[in-house]
Order: sequence, then structure tokens, then C-alpha cells
Amino acid sequence: MSSRRSRQSTSSSRITDDQIIELVSKLQQLLPEIRDRRSNKASANKVLQETCNYIRSLHREVDDLSERLSQLLSTIDADSPEAGIIRSLIM
Amino acid sequence: MDVEMTSSLPSNPVVNSERSLVRRKKKKKIQSQIHGDNLNNNQNQNSAIEWKSESQQHTYSSKLLQALRQVRLNGSQSQTTTPKRGRAVREAADRVLATTGKGRSRWSRAILTNRLKLKFLKKNNITKRQRNVMVVTTGNSRPKKKSKVSIFRLKSKSLPAVNRKVRILGRLVPGCRKEPLPVILEEASDYIPALEMQIRAMSALTELLSVSGGSSSFSSGAAASGGPTDHPGSSRSHPS
Repeated sequence: MSSRRSRQSTSSSRITDDQIIELVSKLQQLLPEIRDRRSNKASANKVLQETCNYIRSLHREVDDLSERLSQLLSTIDADSPEAGIIRSLIM
Repeated sequence: MDVEMTSSLPSNPVVNSERSLVRRKKKKKIQSQIHGDNLNNNQNQNSAIEWKSESQQHTYSSKLLQALRQVRLNGSQSQTTTPKRGRAVREAADRVLATTGKGRSRWSRAILTNRLKLKFLKKNNITKRQRNVMVVTTGNSRPKKKSKVSIFRLKSKSLPAVNRKVRILGRLVPGCRKEPLPVILEEASDYIPALEMQIRAMSALTELLSVSGGSSSFSSGAAASGGPTDHPGSSRSHPS
């Protein structure tokens, strides 16, 4: 029953459990929480939970940054000197 | 003015890249199914490294600058309030992030097609071509309940706890609401380094702007006050 759900969309290749384990472990390496602790100890449930939390916190950070950026952009009046300086610094 | 000339140019490539990405998206979907998993595995290993590279960040920062200048030009004309402009900046940042990804992942394509779809819907009524696209909520995410952690084996995907978390994760990553588990995992493992790079680039940009804005506000203020009073109307009209 459950296998039908996972196999119905990809017709050509079958998703094996090993692939899923590999994907989860790869995801685990990206998370800062689990990476600092002992690896390969976290269950998939924890990895998923941590992933959700991490993505949510990243989203929140991006929102904060974009708020600050918009405020900064509104306070800056002259366009060309700033953009020129910034571009030369970044590139 | 030179500023207006340069700001009008980037708009065309961005729109063109979005349109070409939409055309290429269908071909890429077929191709990815044909090539199978090996290519995806290689891409996964490379993509996580790519998002960490400095060059990717530089590309993203320069594109972001262009997009932000556009946002500011539109904002100053329509006089939007600050919360709206914050979201506009976020949307521009997401869009630039998606174009930097070069359309290899579902979430980047979903972000771009969302923008196009919203634009088209305002003008015409189009039929739904793809079912993966969901409306990107620009507001804050709803508070989600944390389910109790239960230990289980990986193979039993039928457990409601896993399924619920997978669906939540699918909603968080753009464009993955109805995808199966492995696809969601794959997209998430590409989306997270991209988000991290976005944060790094935006925070660097914010620091630069805050520093340079504070120091040059004196000079810009002096120039703005000194310019018009000294040369009234000499830039455009020639006194006859």
C-alpha cells in the first residue's frame, strides 16, 4: 500500500530503501545540529524534524535580512556612487 | 541619465531568462527521467559544493544588486510601505537565487514559474500546465505543531509521523508539495545550501550598505544640496 505511493510518480526507476537512506544521510550532513554531534546516530524522524526547523529558521533569517536591506535601500539617496562602490567591492 | 539606462537593461535578460527557463523546464523534466538516478547523484554531490563556492556567491551578489536596484526604482514610484518593500526584496532575492541555480532543481523552477504565473494571471486566464506549482506565501509561515519524536525504522514510510513531517518539509521547499519522499529529500539537500549562500550574500550586502551608507550620506547630502542651487536647470535646457 505504502510502496504504491512512493513508486507511482517515477515510472522508470524504482526507489530503493538504500537510496532513501543515502539521501537522508546526505541531508543529515547539511544540518549543523546533527553534524556537530556523533553522526549516523540520528533517526530519519529526527533528521526530518531538524530539516524542517532549520529551513524555517533560514527563511526567517532571509526575511529579517530582506527587511533590513529594504530599510537600508530606502535611506540611501544617491544611486550611482553607492552601487559603483559596492559593485567594485563585491566583484 | 546613466543610471536609468543601466537599470533598464537588466530587466530584459531577467525576463528572458525566466521565459527560456520555462521553455527549457519541460525538456529538462523529460531528460531527467531518461537519464535516471546516476546523473542525479552526481549533481547532488556537485551542487552542495557549488553553493558553497565564492564564485557562486559573487554571481548571486551582482545579480541581486541589479534586481534590488529595480525594486527600489519601482518602490519609489509607487510609494509602497516598508513591510511590502521587505517582501519585495525577499521575492527579488528568491528570484535571483533561483536564476543562479540555473534551473537544475525543482524549487528554483517553481519559484520562477510562480512569478510568471502570477504575472500572467493578472493579464490573461491561463490553464494550469503544471501541477507542482504552489502559490508562494509571502507572509510568515504558520506555526506548526511539533509532533512527538518516536523511534522507528526508515523503511516503514507508512507511519503517519514520517508522512506528516515529509509533507511539512514538502510545503517548506517551494515546488515540492506533491512530490514523493526521495524527491523531497533531494530538493531539500539542494535547497539548504542555496539558502545558506543567500543568507551569506545578503548579510554581506547589508553590512556593506550599512557601512557605506553611513559614511557617504554626508557627501551625498552635501552634493544634493549644493547641486541644484548652483546650477538651476542647466542640465536639460540650454538658456537661450
